[in-house]
Amino acid sequence: MSDLIRSTAAELAAKIAAREVSAVEVAQAHLDRIAEVDGSVHAFLHVDAEGALAAARRVDDDVAAGREVGPLAGVPLALKDVFATEGIPTTCGSKMLEGWVPPYDATVTRRLREAGVVILGKTNMDEFAMGSSTENSAYGPTRNPWDLDRIPGGSGGGSSASLAAFEAPLAIGTDTGGSIRQPGAVTGTVGVKPTYGGVSRYGLVAFSSSLDQGGPCARTVLDAALLHEVIGGYDPMDSTSINAPVPPVVAAVREGVTGDLSGVRVGVVTQFSGDGYQPGVLRSFEAAVAQLKQLGAEVVEVSCPSFDYALPAYYLIAPSEASSNLARFDAMRYGARHGDDGTRSAEEVMAITRDRGFGAEVKRRIMIGTYALSSGYYDAYYGSAQKVRTLITRDFEQAFGRVDVLVSPTTPTTAFKIGERADDPMAMYKADLCTIPANLAGTPAMSVPSGLSDEDGLPVGLQIMAPALQEHRMYRVAAAYEAARGTVLASVPELAGAR
Amino acid sequence: MTSVDELMDYAEVVERFDPVLGLEVHVELHTATKMFCGCANRFGGEPNTHVCPTCLGLPGALPVVNGKAVESAIRIGLALNCSIAEWCRFARKNYFYPDMPKNFQTSQYDEPIAFDGWLDVTLDDGEVVRVEIERAHMEEDTGKSLHVGGATGRIHGADHSLLDYNRAGVPLIEIVTKPIPGTGARAPEVARAYVTALRDLLKALDVSDVRMDQGSLRCDANVSLMAKGAEVFGTRTETKNVNSLRSVERAVRFEMTRQAAVLASGGSVVQETRHFDESTGGTSSGRTKETAEDYRYFPEPDLVPIAPSRDWVEELRGTLPELPWERRRRVQQEWSLTDAELRDLVNAGAVDLVAATVAAGATPAEARSWWVAYLTKEANARGVELGELGISPEQIARVVALVNAGELTNKLAREVVTGVLAGEGEPEAVVEARGLKVVSDDSALERAVDEALAAQPDVAAKIRDGKVAAAGAIVGAVMKATKGQADAKKVRDLVIARCS
Repeated sequence: MSDLIRSTAAELAAKIAAREVSAVEVAQAHLDRIAEVDGSVHAFLHVDAEGALAAARRVDDDVAAGREVGPLAGVPLALKDVFATEGIPTTCGSKMLEGWVPPYDATVTRRLREAGVVILGKTNMDEFAMGSSTENSAYGPTRNPWDLDRIPGGSGGGSSASLAAFEAPLAIGTDTGGSIRQPGAVTGTVGVKPTYGGVSRYGLVAFSSSLDQGGPCARTVLDAALLHEVIGGYDPMDSTSINAPVPPVVAAVREGVTGDLSGVRVGVVTQFSGDGYQPGVLRSFEAAVAQLKQLGAEVVEVSCPSFDYALPAYYLIAPSEASSNLARFDAMRYGARHGDDGTRSAEEVMAITRDRGFGAEVKRRIMIGTYALSSGYYDAYYGSAQKVRTLITRDFEQAFGRVDVLVSPTTPTTAFKIGERADDPMAMYKADLCTIPANLAGTPAMSVPSGLSDEDGLPVGLQIMAPALQEHRMYRVAAAYEAARGTVLASVPELAGAR
Repeated sequence: MTSVDELMDYAEVVERFDPVLGLEVHVELHTATKMFCGCANRFGGEPNTHVCPTCLGLPGALPVVNGKAVESAIRIGLALNCSIAEWCRFARKNYFYPDMPKNFQTSQYDEPIAFDGWLDVTLDDGEVVRVEIERAHMEEDTGKSLHVGGATGRIHGADHSLLDYNRAGVPLIEIVTKPIPGTGARAPEVARAYVTALRDLLKALDVSDVRMDQGSLRCDANVSLMAKGAEVFGTRTETKNVNSLRSVERAVRFEMTRQAAVLASGGSVVQETRHFDESTGGTSSGRTKETAEDYRYFPEPDLVPIAPSRDWVEELRGTLPELPWERRRRVQQEWSLTDAELRDLVNAGAVDLVAATVAAGATPAEARSWWVAYLTKEANARGVELGELGISPEQIARVVALVNAGELTNKLAREVVTGVLAGEGEPEAVVEARGLKVVSDDSALERAVDEALAAQPDVAAKIRDGKVAAAGAIVGAVMKATKGQADAKKVRDLVIARCS
């Protein structure tokens, strides 16, 4: 396996800037790796080799000309297929958008391009980001590089799997209920959900507008921080974007790697344990907490009672917003069109297209959301869910009055088998039990690898949560923890087809 | 379609029933850009050229509120004597329609920006009716569908439809009245007067083109009837596609008559949307609302709440121009008009034009006599608004000046105006081209007088004898010789001077 694909983004950027290696060589090495292993992993829906090499060439030209380049210039990246990319197909894992080539770039896409980041292609995802396993992709599931019979998490399974398969050193995901963190946890990679409003949603195809948040995925905490600073920050095109500087996350990582967490107060959320939690996951979590204590952190237990209602509240709010957001897919302007044989009315064509274009999980959520917003039910469902949301936000505020960060397992279990929960939506939804509260409160949270579960040898994630715009706190703790326990990806199996 | 008179005599309608009105007016703001994106907000244009990812509802695109539109909404609210919300949100109104890019309309629901106001409306005879305003809220316009084929031009029966999204996302303010009971036989007139007053108000605020023919001012008329003396309102219908002030009045009158006929024959009025037909003056059934549409409103999560500070609201109150009724009161005083004169002026829609003519140098009386007495007839004859006649207040003022300078007679002045209206150019050019100048060259006039005196020596002798009245025959001859372009008084003076 080439050293280039094993390198971190920070290492690659340094080598490219120092002209020790060209961005084109780096891009080509990753494109070769994709060609080699993606047949078995299926992390990508679309690979843009030509565009990637052209972007790499531009970085090489800049470096050769002595022009200043950004901290991630020339580093390849896998972009979740939910971000609009001008000239590159964007499907959101749905047949509804098969063949749609956006005429514009998402703000995240634009910032990546401007920073000289090399976009390799678009990654697989649950259709319209609805799911926790990437099995809901209309283009077939992504497989977990740790065990190809298992799911890589979802909805951003493609992004996290591409990191664990060494197809890309960086990826972008979106996290509505855990879609960055849960895939990060089950693939042994780092995934960060920033503060709501911290990363522009302009050009991010909406699932649930009040919860969706784009964020960085990487193999190391430092790489995630570097990417966070590239994509984060105010965007006037997104009204919900926060007009404040990006929290100093790279500096926080540099502080964290010194390994000293003395003075840092860490709260263990008592609600996230017990029934439904895999023992090996809980043991890994306890070991992680012990490690944090060893690094000098002060650990206390914190109760957040409203978190028990987070899952049901989420499954009213997210589908409600989705039912409205997905209404635009009607065959009139772009995307799929079915049943237009010249005899049918516009309404019939809309109905036939939506019936054929959407998968089962998307339809389920559209129907739940449509019902929850109906007159006569609004107060009982959507209204109540919003109240729970307020209570959860209060629980966070009270907790952060006592501690600097909160920790929990990222997911109750390690990666499950493909097909295992496909017919049991409730079991599938529970994969997001620990990650959803941060989405409802709009606060930042991340998952960092906490070793392998002792019973199945699969990766486990430690979730670290911080108050709004205090990302640097969680990055610091994550960096210290990562430095102390070392990487898990060294033990990811060689993939079939790998040299 | 049944003609309105076959249904029931209007006198009988209002004798047996009391109408209740409710008027919903949509106003397109003439901001430079659309409500939620940077696209040009302009009427017309090549289809689908004023569009972007946001107003086309492309996946991923997001809205950003146009601050100027919020400002206009607040000013409209203030001018309508409304309270301005301290905090309000946009909401999504969800329904599927091909000309709506997102299949939801970003609107406001239970938190309108302005609420609880009123507008005083003056009827033709001077009676004032106070119309209570329920709310004014902000929303975005839809695109336009052009249904091709089929007889009606409506979606049902069409072969195919063309969609133009240039209008999608244009800022709209919807102004909704409270129910207006108690107007009796005058309900149609009240409806027209209300929309007229609103139009004048919006024009004075300079927030909209208020062109009903172009759809920048649209009125939906809700009408219901209840038995005379009843207290519970009847079932209402909502009539759309009412595209002129006159149509507002006709549509209300037709609906009153139609509903009365239905009720009188023992039937019941169906709650539905109806379409007004300009050519027949009738309404026809549109969507039936028996399955009440559920719009599943919820707060728009892509936008942040609007919280206009009280300081800003007061600042905007300070920017309100003189409102039409204030202006009317002022001009009545300044121009010393009787109530009847003011009413004629207002009914002619000529206040602004007369004021501009006065500003350009004419006296109020001169300006009124042109606009109200003369040009209103011309406009009616041509079927256009006074302001669209094709002559400006400045041009009228220049014609007046020419008359005052003795260069035109009143008769010639009318001919000059006719020339301007016919597109022959500026008044001076018309004078030149048509050769309309008063003959004031003294030597030419003197020559004409001498010739006339020479031709009628007996008359000349009489004048010399002091019979001044005889001068009329000479004056007439001179006027004839100069083709009416001489000032008759001047000719007369000259004749007497030559004979003394």
